[in-house]
Amino acid sequence: MAEEPAASDVLSLDELEAVSGARTGRRHLLSVLVENKPGVLARIAGLFSRRGFNIETLAVGPTDDPTVSRITLTVDGAAHPIDQVTKQLHKLVNVLKIRDLDPDETVTRELALFKVSADDGRRAEIVGVADIFRGKVIDVSKRSVTVEITGTGAKIEAFEELVRPFGLVELVRTGETAVTRGRLVT
Amino acid sequence: MRAVDAIVECLKAEGVDTVFGIPGGANLPTYDALYDGGVRHILCRHEQGAGHAAEGYAKASGRVGVALATSGPGATNLTTAIADAVMDSVPCVFITGQVRTDMLGTDGFQEADVTGITMPIVKHSSMIRDPRDIPREIHEAFHIARTGRPGPVLVDIPQDLSRADIDYEPNPALQLPGYQPKSEGNVKQIRLAAKALANARRPVIYAGGGVVSAEAAAELTELCTSDRFPVTLTIMGLGAFPAPHEQWLGWLGMHGTRAANYAMDEADLICAIGARFDDRVTGKLAEFAPRAKFIHIDVDPAEISKNVPAHIPIVGDAKRILPKLVREYRALEADSSRLDAWWERIHGWQERYPLTYEDSDDEEIKPQFMIEAIHEATGGEAIITSDVGQHQMWTAQYYPFSAPRRWINSGGLGTMGFGLPAALGAQVANPEATVVCVAGDGSLPMNVQELATCVMEDIPVKVFLMNNFYLGMVRQWQELFWGRRYSAVDMGTSPDWVKLADAFGATGLRATEKSTLLDTMRQALETPGPVVLDVHVSKEENVYPMIPAGAAARDMVG
Repeated sequence: MAEEPAASDVLSLDELEAVSGARTGRRHLLSVLVENKPGVLARIAGLFSRRGFNIETLAVGPTDDPTVSRITLTVDGAAHPIDQVTKQLHKLVNVLKIRDLDPDETVTRELALFKVSADDGRRAEIVGVADIFRGKVIDVSKRSVTVEITGTGAKIEAFEELVRPFGLVELVRTGETAVTRGRLVT
Repeated sequence: MRAVDAIVECLKAEGVDTVFGIPGGANLPTYDALYDGGVRHILCRHEQGAGHAAEGYAKASGRVGVALATSGPGATNLTTAIADAVMDSVPCVFITGQVRTDMLGTDGFQEADVTGITMPIVKHSSMIRDPRDIPREIHEAFHIARTGRPGPVLVDIPQDLSRADIDYEPNPALQLPGYQPKSEGNVKQIRLAAKALANARRPVIYAGGGVVSAEAAAELTELCTSDRFPVTLTIMGLGAFPAPHEQWLGWLGMHGTRAANYAMDEADLICAIGARFDDRVTGKLAEFAPRAKFIHIDVDPAEISKNVPAHIPIVGDAKRILPKLVREYRALEADSSRLDAWWERIHGWQERYPLTYEDSDDEEIKPQFMIEAIHEATGGEAIITSDVGQHQMWTAQYYPFSAPRRWINSGGLGTMGFGLPAALGAQVANPEATVVCVAGDGSLPMNVQELATCVMEDIPVKVFLMNNFYLGMVRQWQELFWGRRYSAVDMGTSPDWVKLADAFGATGLRATEKSTLLDTMRQALETPGPVVLDVHVSKEENVYPMIPAGAAARDMVG
């Protein structure tokens, strides 16, 4: 048998640290490229529900390649181990690529449509607020005005807070979509 | 060529010699192609039976099992087998008929959304929308089923598309850009794992069904014996390391040995290979192996750190990784004597807590005695399938498996009624082997119709029924944890199993006395054709030792 193992071979098991499995505590934005085939969204939604992962927002659309779609979704990393979410997603045969987007390196946008009650002649006031948010009025009726706001989730929520006192009839949001900054491909 | 004829050509190209199934309206065209297509078809009596037969075939041979069913109820009857196959990573392809495309979504006769129903329980599935895709989809199904972590793939084919005329070109190119299982394993990680093993003082190698799937039993044994590493296996892995062996601790988990469970509890390093830290293995997760660091080798990256955080994860095929690990480990020339104290502790447990039972002092047949008798009668050389319950646990405890693919059971899903059809499939894959189904009297009725299949197709499986006239495992839990309130567990004396076997055209035998049991078993094994041997065992024997549900390994009872 060997003598004492060489110094470089000594490894204290105490030095070993567990990889992942932990909660990150922050919201994660996942950009998922999938084959554009029937049932793919159902597979992803089904995976999330049966594994107990909660999708906060979800946006689906085509890409420049007609055979590929992009799903952008946000997941709470405080409630779920993100590496489990991405690894389980990767097991779906139709999933091509997943990026867990770094918030500092990502531009995110969401579109929201606010239908605000304009009963009491307060239309000008609402439009004024919309202007500050660079919103666009896209529909007007006697009793309501509908404003389109584009921006981050935080911006949309800020606008919501300001117009709610006017009487918010309806709010429709698309869910966030995102692209990486710079030349890097998402 | 008709698309269905192309399907048969694809099956042959994939090396399929036998398929299991039942025809119906929506898959009539497929059966027309099978009529003289050159692939053996075994007509089962229930689609669940066909599904488990395909699993048994796959588990016994390592080849992909195939089962066919028609639309609607035919396909829904397959679902238990599909769920079973996904839980135990069994490579199977299920081909179902679907209603015509013009009827899809109209609630047509025998229509069921089978791809939707099975979505959570398949490795992959597809519904054919263009008949020209059929050959490629069939080949992709086989590729996905057998590679990476094996599993069930379902292909659903509308009846009209299966009759379409297509240009068939053999070996179409697969289009699976999102499917690239890893196999080699990261070299640096393998080196680190070797180093950790060399520096561990209380290591345990814990291997599972993944080693069997990877055909890596020899490589596992090589690793274990590259030093005096203590070895335990999951119930799915039995046979991957030859039992008995001086380094063998027995299997682990809820009804495993104390030596194995206590070793896990005190280990400083656990090397998990093709195992997934199932709750039946870990017991209370928060108190599982509290002193251990983990090497985790698995082909499925999602298993790494799913239940137990890994310190050294290695993703890939055990057959490729283990030889590299052995090489790296040997190069370190670790001093084997560092394990002396550990072995002393383990031997202490082995001596103090051997797997044992109190035998009767009269003619009563103890269930454990029955399993030992099966081992003796078969010389330990049989392929053993089992149903689910007490008899399954006793078989795993008292029948040492010396080679892989000899032990075929439903571990993950725990499907009662699995044993007989699985034995049927295993026998078809190994016509020369002795195949014994150790059945329970609660489980056997659930797929007993497959005795007819065995008789008509001349499949000589031997069913050794452990009959305690109870749903024994449920009764045990009611006895131990529910104040002996035996709710709905009394199976009574129906049917008369000898007469039932006779009615099916099989041979029925009965054993009620210990002294003649072995002879009756030998008689059963020597009788040509399928046999049911009804063995009356102690009614209220419990499976011990046991980790109560939710308890830690060191709190084993019995």
